[in-house]
Amino acid sequence: MSSLAASASGVDEVRDHPESSITFLVFHRSGSNNSKFQRVYIANYIYPFEMHIKIWKRVGDEMFRYIASKFIFMLLSLFVLVSATFLLMNAIPGSPLQSEKATSEQVQKNLEAYYGLDKPLIVQYGTYLKNLVKGDLGISMKKKFQSVDKMIANSFGPSLRLGISAIITSVVVGCTLGIIAAMHHRKLLDNVAMILAVIGLAVPSMVMGPLLQYFFAVKLRWFEVAGLENPMDYVLPTIALASGPIAVIARLLRSTMIEVLNSDFIKTAKSKGLSGYVIVVRHALRNSMLPVVTYLGYLTAGVITGSVVIEKIFAIPGIGKFFVESVINRDYPLIMGTTIFYAVLLMTTRFLADIAYVLVDPRMRTGKGAK
Amino acid sequence: MSEQKQSTPSFLKPELFRKLKRDEYSAEAVTRKSLTSWQDIRMRMMENKLAMTGFWIIVGIIAAAILIPWLSPFDHFTNDLSSTNKVPNGTNWFGTDDLGRDMLVRTFKGAQISMFVGIVAALIDLIIGIIYGGIMGYYGGKVDEVMNRFAEIIYSIPYLLVVILLLVVMEPSLTTIIVAMSITGWINMAWIVRAQIMQLKNQEYALASKSLGAGAMRIIFRHLIPNAMGPILVTLTLTVPNAIFTEAFLSFLGLGVQSPAASWGTMIDDGVKAMTIYPWRLLFPAFFLSLTIFAFNVFGDGLRDAFDPKLKK
Repeated sequence: MSSLAASASGVDEVRDHPESSITFLVFHRSGSNNSKFQRVYIANYIYPFEMHIKIWKRVGDEMFRYIASKFIFMLLSLFVLVSATFLLMNAIPGSPLQSEKATSEQVQKNLEAYYGLDKPLIVQYGTYLKNLVKGDLGISMKKKFQSVDKMIANSFGPSLRLGISAIITSVVVGCTLGIIAAMHHRKLLDNVAMILAVIGLAVPSMVMGPLLQYFFAVKLRWFEVAGLENPMDYVLPTIALASGPIAVIARLLRSTMIEVLNSDFIKTAKSKGLSGYVIVVRHALRNSMLPVVTYLGYLTAGVITGSVVIEKIFAIPGIGKFFVESVINRDYPLIMGTTIFYAVLLMTTRFLADIAYVLVDPRMRTGKGAK
Repeated sequence: MSEQKQSTPSFLKPELFRKLKRDEYSAEAVTRKSLTSWQDIRMRMMENKLAMTGFWIIVGIIAAAILIPWLSPFDHFTNDLSSTNKVPNGTNWFGTDDLGRDMLVRTFKGAQISMFVGIVAALIDLIIGIIYGGIMGYYGGKVDEVMNRFAEIIYSIPYLLVVILLLVVMEPSLTTIIVAMSITGWINMAWIVRAQIMQLKNQEYALASKSLGAGAMRIIFRHLIPNAMGPILVTLTLTVPNAIFTEAFLSFLGLGVQSPAASWGTMIDDGVKAMTIYPWRLLFPAFFLSLTIFAFNVFGDGLRDAFDPKLKK
């Protein structure tokens, strides 16, 4: 496949030397693949400016193709999810409006017409997709005449703020713990950090939340028990939400970092007399961040899952609480709307994480790992 | 070279040396007992104290989950309104809840549900994952590509959403939870199996079997899968705590197991409501849920290290 991108930039083949950073640019004469007719340029040694442009053009093509394929894939997954959700919701026997109080036949018919339920399934599906593209998620069936997208927009604020603070906390604390553990490998601090991480991993958010609430809000009275009015109110839910991801990030970073700290370029940095801090931050951290970046996409999923519980425990009027209520109330447009909203959110973050991964990992940039 | 004769250090005096007897001349002999790889793994496992702790905790909880509800004079669903919200005492070791039900029995009834969900979900993942992953890995090429795409699409759909959507369509029950978890759960296993099979399928013994006329299924299930058992077992062990967590999570939200069945999730939910006055109603199920997840995680980690010491960090 890489030949496709390469031929667009005039180079027939690009070979990376397996052991050095030298890149070979191969030009086939008259379209022949026979090695006798090849002109080979060693790109890093010969420096015509246009060659650099060619290389970067190729890199750009590779990256663009990678990102485009990820994007198409995301749309495809989303389409599958939307269709599956729609079918599932319609597979439930009986009309969702039947649970209402006794209504006359005419009223029932009017309601069905209002929600478009009188039309054949395929038409309903088409209408739903059409509205979805426009950002219209339909109208709630239980809370009369409220549009789903407005309801989601109203409840998204607290969840977003909580989620972002949890993500930042888990990355910062998790990385710090991981670095400390890696720098003090097999010493006291390493053990302490890893015990903390194991506890964070084992205690689920639905246990962590109530425990924090019990000790810090009920017993010690340092924080409010519930609600989300002052900035201080974010502390307990954030800790409860971040404790699991902190543990995962700390363990991930520790294990890659130990490996990186043993590698040759760190020994070089040490022998140049660089301070421990510079070595860790400038050299080791940068090379150990890859698994953490990959994890970020999943972290969002974790935070969303967790926030459903945390919002229930701390009585936060966010989208998670809303989602569970809609499921318990069986409010189908609302369930579908929230599901799609969550899915878009998750897939977008995972997509962004993929892009970040390409940007961080030079191997992905040369197209070696992209396949 | 022979000219560069090294001078003997002065402290090496001839009287320090003696001639070896014949039977002492055995430095090359293999002294360690020859072990099969499974014995080796078991030995490494035994040396890992944390993993063994996890193992014994799992054994203990399973034993308690079987014995305590069976031996106890109480059961998990009979209400006794004369003794509600009792502090842990001699009769009710873990106290009672708001309907006067014994918390000890309920906690270990919850353990039964958790273990059941965890183990059944893991086994379903195992079966689907091995078949799907085995076929993907063995055939490769187009088959692999199509099957992998399909798996990727399912995998990219957030798992919580699938679970909750299914719970909307089906009645909330243990079966629904397990079905819902299995829909997305098998993919991880399938990928692990696929990677293993791809490595192993070019080995000589697979080729030998093929040249003797064995079919694809026989090669996959008789030769390749048994040799890929290590990573499969590790993944299996680490699936269990996830399944236990998911069940507790859904029950906590009121979407899972319904009362009077005792799930750790519903018990924690009840306990949270009453925690300011009756904290033990929260603490016991919360503690055992965390303990179980902890035990499976350290056991799984230990297992991974035992199977592949190179990976040990």
